[in-house]
Amino acid sequence: MRELRKTFGKVKAVDGVSFEIEKGEMFGLLGPNGAGKTTTIRMLTGIFDPDSGVIEVDGKDMAKHKLGSKARMGIIPEIGNVYPDLTARQNLELFAQFYGIGKEERKARADRMLGDLGLKDRADDMLRGFSKGMKQRVSIGCAMVHEPDILFLDEPTEGLDVQSRRLIVDKVKELNAKGSTVLLTTHNIEEARRLCQRVCIINKGKVVAIDSPERLRSTFTEVQSVEVSFDRKVGCDLFQEKCVASATEYGDKVRIYTNDPDAVIDYLVRLKHERGLKIVSLQVLGPTLEDVFVKLTEGSR
Amino acid sequence: MNYDLMLRGTLVTAKKDMMIYYRKAPVYIFGLILPTFLFFAFFVGRDLDMQKYFPGFLAMSLFFTASSVGPLIIPWEKQAGTFERLLSLPLNIPMLILGDSLAGAAFGLFISTIIFAFGSLLVGITAPIGLLILLPFFFIIGNVCFAAMGVLLSSPAGKVPANIMMLAALVRFPLIFISGVFVPLSEMTGAGQVVAYFSPLTYLVDGLNAALGQEAVIGAGWDLLALFLFTIIFLAGASYVLKRKAMKGL
Repeated sequence: MRELRKTFGKVKAVDGVSFEIEKGEMFGLLGPNGAGKTTTIRMLTGIFDPDSGVIEVDGKDMAKHKLGSKARMGIIPEIGNVYPDLTARQNLELFAQFYGIGKEERKARADRMLGDLGLKDRADDMLRGFSKGMKQRVSIGCAMVHEPDILFLDEPTEGLDVQSRRLIVDKVKELNAKGSTVLLTTHNIEEARRLCQRVCIINKGKVVAIDSPERLRSTFTEVQSVEVSFDRKVGCDLFQEKCVASATEYGDKVRIYTNDPDAVIDYLVRLKHERGLKIVSLQVLGPTLEDVFVKLTEGSR
Repeated sequence: MNYDLMLRGTLVTAKKDMMIYYRKAPVYIFGLILPTFLFFAFFVGRDLDMQKYFPGFLAMSLFFTASSVGPLIIPWEKQAGTFERLLSLPLNIPMLILGDSLAGAAFGLFISTIIFAFGSLLVGITAPIGLLILLPFFFIIGNVCFAAMGVLLSSPAGKVPANIMMLAALVRFPLIFISGVFVPLSEMTGAGQVVAYFSPLTYLVDGLNAALGQEAVIGAGWDLLALFLFTIIFLAGASYVLKRKAMKGL
């Protein structure tokens, strides 16, 4: 996609966003709320047209080949947008039919998908009695039943239980391993780090960074931290030294952000003696992808 | 143009609507119960020539049933959160409009055929076969026309089905009073007759009068042409409005 723009009234939701995704790549789109992620996804999936800019699928302009391009895509929205008045099997078969899969084949695929998604025993129940996680599993099945070349996932695991989340992640990985391209938007930075080969961070409708998660991390050496745990609870306000940029509590640990970890360790040892504390654990950490994300999107609220 | 994809998308949309919306209560309330009550209110217990009024009643029930499914679909899909997903499928707005209209028309065709069968047994049909042959044409074009009208009514909708059902009732009720259902077109005079020509239902009533051997004022050929033009206007209008209002309520 090149120079994609979309304005709603006076608000520039997407302002000149450009990036390319390689065939077979798993690509993450990250950004704070209101950054323009969903608008970008909606344009890429043909839900609405951009005001300007070009979207190409395999070198073909999507504006000129919209139906053909959409036929190669699958989308998993944040909310399980499937038909509550149909059964799980009917939903899967209906979506397969929209993508032109023949009667016998769609029955076989629906059966297989129901088994893979752990829904075999609820296959003929109406979805209106399903939990959020089960609906989302059916939604995933509907997006994948035609084995799309390109899969879009818009916050797919938001608010789901661990089992449903793992099932969804495994299914997406499986499709990606078969050669499908995946574009994932998520607030779960750790999930993006684990799954994506490259991530794009957008803020206020513009791309602020695009690279592999590890390379993005390595470019932010100033966001280092020292994580320490004492034998008794200490407040963050204790850490008032010049070498400490900020301190945050993480469970029973305190993470101290700094650009000089050595000085912080000296300071912590001094503190330990002065206050009669005992260090339980001490670790020097590089910047996490979340740190990079926060740094890049600072001031967006 | 990929005609295969377009035909498939339209037909699967119609199938989806049939699977889901034929079971919704508002379809039966506005499509079956309401015209039945109107029939009892206006025709039963009065010393009327039922053969004369049967085409009008048949047109009225066809009008209500065909236009009862369309207003429900778009707001219901928006409320359920499925409309956005539908837009991401290999479909476009005209295909959605056409699919929704076909689903409404099929429902109307089925119900109005049953009403015609029972009605003709009760009333007795005396029209020559040469005229009766017009009946399927009026049934088909009438059902597609009023199903498209129902879809047009829902095309600017947000995600509250009740609002659109109310709007649909507001539009449909006046039409039955100005279209020759209760007062035959031949007995209308002045402004009433002029207004009647702006209603698509007038042409169905007149066409069914012609097909069932009753007095037709406009003529079957003109009636078919007028219904066809109204169908095009409703389909094009619904596509135009929905393209601009697709994201309303999402």
